[in-house]
Parts: sequence; C-alpha cells; structure tokens
Amino acid sequence: MKNKTLKLTTLALTVTIAMLLSYIESRVPAFVSIPGIKVGLANIAVIFALYKFGVKEAAAVSIIRVLLLSTLFGTPVSFIYSVTGAILSLTVMIVLKKLTPLTEVGVSVFGGVTHNIGQIGAACVMLSTNVVIYYLPFLLLSGTVAGIAVGIISALLVKRVRTDNK
Amino acid sequence: MIIKVRNPIFAKYRFDVIVIASMLLLSSLLLLAAGIFKTEGSVAVVEIDGITVAEYPLNKNGEHSLNGGTNNLVIEDGAAYLNYSDCPDHTCERTGKIRYVGQTIVCLPNKVSITVKGNADDGVDFVS
Repeated sequence: MKNKTLKLTTLALTVTIAMLLSYIESRVPAFVSIPGIKVGLANIAVIFALYKFGVKEAAAVSIIRVLLLSTLFGTPVSFIYSVTGAILSLTVMIVLKKLTPLTEVGVSVFGGVTHNIGQIGAACVMLSTNVVIYYLPFLLLSGTVAGIAVGIISALLVKRVRTDNK
Repeated sequence: MIIKVRNPIFAKYRFDVIVIASMLLLSSLLLLAAGIFKTEGSVAVVEIDGITVAEYPLNKNGEHSLNGGTNNLVIEDGAAYLNYSDCPDHTCERTGKIRYVGQTIVCLPNKVSITVKGNADDGVDFVS
C-alpha cells in the first residue's frame, strides 16, 4: 500500500472496531459460565489486519486493543489474562499463516483456541493450580466453533473491503 | 450466494476442514472421557491464590464466607456453589453447582477457586 495516510486511517479504524467488538462482547452475558470462553469477535479485526496489511500491523492492532481496553475497563489481573491470550494467539496465527496452506478460517480457529489456552494458562499460573485444566475440553470446543464463525467473517472482509483508493 | 461452491474453492479450504474436524474430534473425546470417569466427590477444597485454606465435606449442608467475605460458598445436598461474589463479572456464581471430582469454580478477580475432590487418597483427578 502506497498511501500512508489511508493505511494509518484504516488501521486506526481497525483498532476502534476491535475495541468496539470486545466491548459489545463483554456486554452480552456469556451463555456458558466458564472463565476464558469468549467468541473472540475482536479477532476479526486482528485477522483482517494480518491478511490485509501484515504481521507488524496485526501485532499493533492486537496489542493496542488490549492496552486500551485494559486501561479503560480492566483490572491489572484481567490485563495479564488478556495480554497472554492475545500474544499467544497472535504468534500462532502469524506462524500458521506463513507456514501452512490454511486460510483465514483455519488460522482463526487456531487463534481462538490458543487465545483460550493462553488465558487459562495464565489463570493456572496466577492461581498456582492446575485445576483450571478441567476446562480445557470446553475451551477447545468453544474456541473451534467461534473460530470458524470469526474466520468466515474475516475472510469475507479481507475479500470485500478495499484499502486502495482507486 | 456469498461463498460460491466451486472446486478450486473447496480445494482451498481442504486443510481448514481437516484441522477443524480433528479439533472437534479431540475436544469431544476429552469431553467424553470427562463424562465417563466422573465420580461424585466428597469434599470441596477452597484455594485462595493457590493455597488451600479450607475443606468442606459435601455431605454437610452449610454456608461459608470465603476470603474475608469476597465470596460466599454454599454446600447443599452433595453439591457446592457460590451464591455471592463482590467482583464485577459474577462468572463464578453463574458456574452453578459442582458435585463431581475435578469440577471447579473459579473466581479470577478474587483468585478464589473451589474444587471438588474425592477421598483424600484419590484427590488427584484424571486430567491433572
């Protein structure tokens, strides 16, 4: 992309959308009450940035989202869970996109699952216990199902949204 | 149609389908294993910040204030649940009743966890 202003604006909007999606998600009561289970709508924005722009931009969107959300609504404890999940899922998605023939959907499934695992892992360390591992099957299942939905939406956005100014 | 079903597209998503199928299979196997091996527990172990602070037998009904009042634990008819938490998300309250070995209620903001365990000997559950 040549137009720097357009890129900056698009990325800023992507971060805004990521924050909004997280906020909306936090206002919708979870239908299963297991810590760490989330639809991960904000991942749409991260995957969009990853496929439309690249690794650096996706990392920026993900980290800025977590930082801003934690500052606005979070606690130091929730920040640790969020940032662990975000960094783990981001790393896995970047590696998978580079090394495997997976599309947005597969990448998103792994992103969702590893985000959940990162959060539960952080919880295990914080609570110095391994009892939280009991939730792992539920996290895998929910991460996969949510990841499919998020991946399909992301794939459509990557295809449809134009970021050139022709 | 938003997604056209054409051969090249199907081929494009082949790996995704394989990955998703194996992921679903793995999680259902884990869930199945959890269902088969579940046994009713005998004691609710309360941990705060990783340290066991109390154990309550599940056959003795009662209410217990935890962690200086941040959470309230209820033992009722062989099951344990939290009916109060001072945290904003109340996830632990919505977790509901736990009665099988290995089941856990976690309150992340207060670092409180309640785990159902069996007898002292088989306290380690199968997934640990």
